[in-house]
Amino acid sequence: MSKGRFGVHGGQYIPEALMNEIINLEKSYEFYKNDADFQNELNKLLTEYAGRPSLLYYAEKMTKDLGGAKIYLKREDLNHTGSHKINNVLGQALLAKKMGKTRLIAETGAGQHGVATATAAALLGMECEVFMGKEDTDRQALNVFRMELLGAKVNAVESGTMTLKDAVNEAMREWATRMHDTHYVIGSVVGPHPFPMMVRDFQSVISKEAREQILKLEGVLPDAVIACIGGGSNAMGMFAGFIDDKDVRLIGCEAAGRGVATGEHAATLTTGSLGVFHGMKSYFCQNEYGQIAPVYSISAGLDYPGVGPEHAYLHDIKRAEYVAVTDDEAVSAFEYIAKTEGIICAIESAHAIAHVIKMAPKMRNDQIIIASLSGRGDKDVAAIARYRGIKIDE
Amino acid sequence: MSKIKNAFKNGKAFIGYLTGGDPSIEKCEEFVLEMVKAGADLIEIGIPFSDPVAEGPINQNSNIRALSAGTTTDKIFEMVHSIRKKTDVPLVLLTYLNPVFAYGYEKFFSRCKELGIDGIIVPDLPFEEKGEVAKIAKICDVDVISLIAPTSNERIKMIAEDAQGFVYIVSSMGVTGIRDKINTDIKSIVETIRQVADIPCAIGFGINTPEQAAELSKIADGVIVGSAIVKIIEEHGENAAEHIFKYVAGMKKAIHNS
Repeated sequence: MSKGRFGVHGGQYIPEALMNEIINLEKSYEFYKNDADFQNELNKLLTEYAGRPSLLYYAEKMTKDLGGAKIYLKREDLNHTGSHKINNVLGQALLAKKMGKTRLIAETGAGQHGVATATAAALLGMECEVFMGKEDTDRQALNVFRMELLGAKVNAVESGTMTLKDAVNEAMREWATRMHDTHYVIGSVVGPHPFPMMVRDFQSVISKEAREQILKLEGVLPDAVIACIGGGSNAMGMFAGFIDDKDVRLIGCEAAGRGVATGEHAATLTTGSLGVFHGMKSYFCQNEYGQIAPVYSISAGLDYPGVGPEHAYLHDIKRAEYVAVTDDEAVSAFEYIAKTEGIICAIESAHAIAHVIKMAPKMRNDQIIIASLSGRGDKDVAAIARYRGIKIDE
Repeated sequence: MSKIKNAFKNGKAFIGYLTGGDPSIEKCEEFVLEMVKAGADLIEIGIPFSDPVAEGPINQNSNIRALSAGTTTDKIFEMVHSIRKKTDVPLVLLTYLNPVFAYGYEKFFSRCKELGIDGIIVPDLPFEEKGEVAKIAKICDVDVISLIAPTSNERIKMIAEDAQGFVYIVSSMGVTGIRDKINTDIKSIVETIRQVADIPCAIGFGINTPEQAAELSKIADGVIVGSAIVKIIEEHGENAAEHIFKYVAGMKKAIHNS
């Protein structure tokens, strides 16, 4: 079995042309991971530029309204660029720069990872090209313009289903064509080793902070941590620091789209099967012949037919639980948290909030939930209006 | 033993690729036989995949056409069954690992053995992951073809020592497609392979014209042409047979005279 395994999952299933580049990346990461200068530089960027640590906010009104567990929100939406994506991007961009790369490429679904990558490229003086499914450039037009403002070139991908998986395909093709000066900043805990490990490490700052913050505020660990999951970088970041705390439940919320039974969803761990795609062995939505299924979610960021290999493993060993949340539930949660707490969160994050709404009332009021608010929702306002049948100009 | 070595026994080999089921299973079978008639020494048949990440636009579209026409792995096996009644030309399947994994490795390679399929090329199965299928493929006498890329450098020897059937030298960076110029130092790659292994070397990716084929076959034991043939199918659809024949015959002649 090759490197980078989580149980049977993970590995390096990529074309030979990319192998030396991947090995080089792995070696560089292993070196800089333990390099004090690199870590200092990254920490400086995270605190002074991205605004870390992010707040752990006690959602008192939600807690009272739901009448059960005490609810805390890890406010990744307050980071610079408006989501957790910046944590990973700053790490990878800095690493790429150390490796002598001058150009970053990235895939993006909702646009959050693309915006974060374009931002880091601008800051570090690197060239940037972002691959985004044509369908997503339409539904997230503002983020496309945002990336262009930051100096990035946005490439609307018209192959396949024109969504996130096709953006990954196209970014991989581009990387295989041009790797001498280019680093592919994968935005989630997916892809060939070392990406799932590296992205987890960069995102684990979320749970490291949350763990310290809750111990300081409450003196105890939470009963459950909850995060939305597409590829799974936000959830992995939220879980990582709590994996060894066996009494803390880890809950990931997948996109059930129009409902798991309708077939129009992106609920990989609920309905998928084992396969090999995008460089990794993991669970995928696919048919009996191994053709990757077209998936659907109102949330462009969760609209991915696979899941990171470490999540697949946590699912296998039953350390983490994964639930599916529909578009309807997510939109209601989006509206609920806006009205209750005055927070417009990303539609991705609203999938986690929807589960909190279901779960908290069934818990005792001495119990604690931390939900990750992975991003802010400005980008989704027009789409939510459309969902509710309100005509609006962006 | 697989029949792959037969492809290289009469001088330089012409290897032709098409996607199974593009535009239909029946037509695809006809095109395969047409290539054999025109002198192709080995045929690669693609099992279409929804997300062929190593392919350029021409082959991507071909994969989509084949899948839209209802092609499945089973239908391709049935087509091979029919082809095998008419020719014993060496046959190699090209696909991504997921369709093979989903079919079940044991079932897949047993089917290959049963049908006289000689090898398999899996672009997303590098040396490090070959263990996925190596054992069952060997039991079933199916060669797992290794690819060597312009970036392989110090990996070449390790890959060549372990190679079966033939070595597939990827001529250019990036994805499959048609290229005007090939800049890689293929000669030194071939020389490195020869130091450690006595195995035929075939060059693919980007090859399009008889001139390119003639030049490259001087360096290696064969050339692989995919996108150029698929493009003929894209342009002429069901009526591609005569165009394919003409093209393959021309390429074969160029290689033969080189």
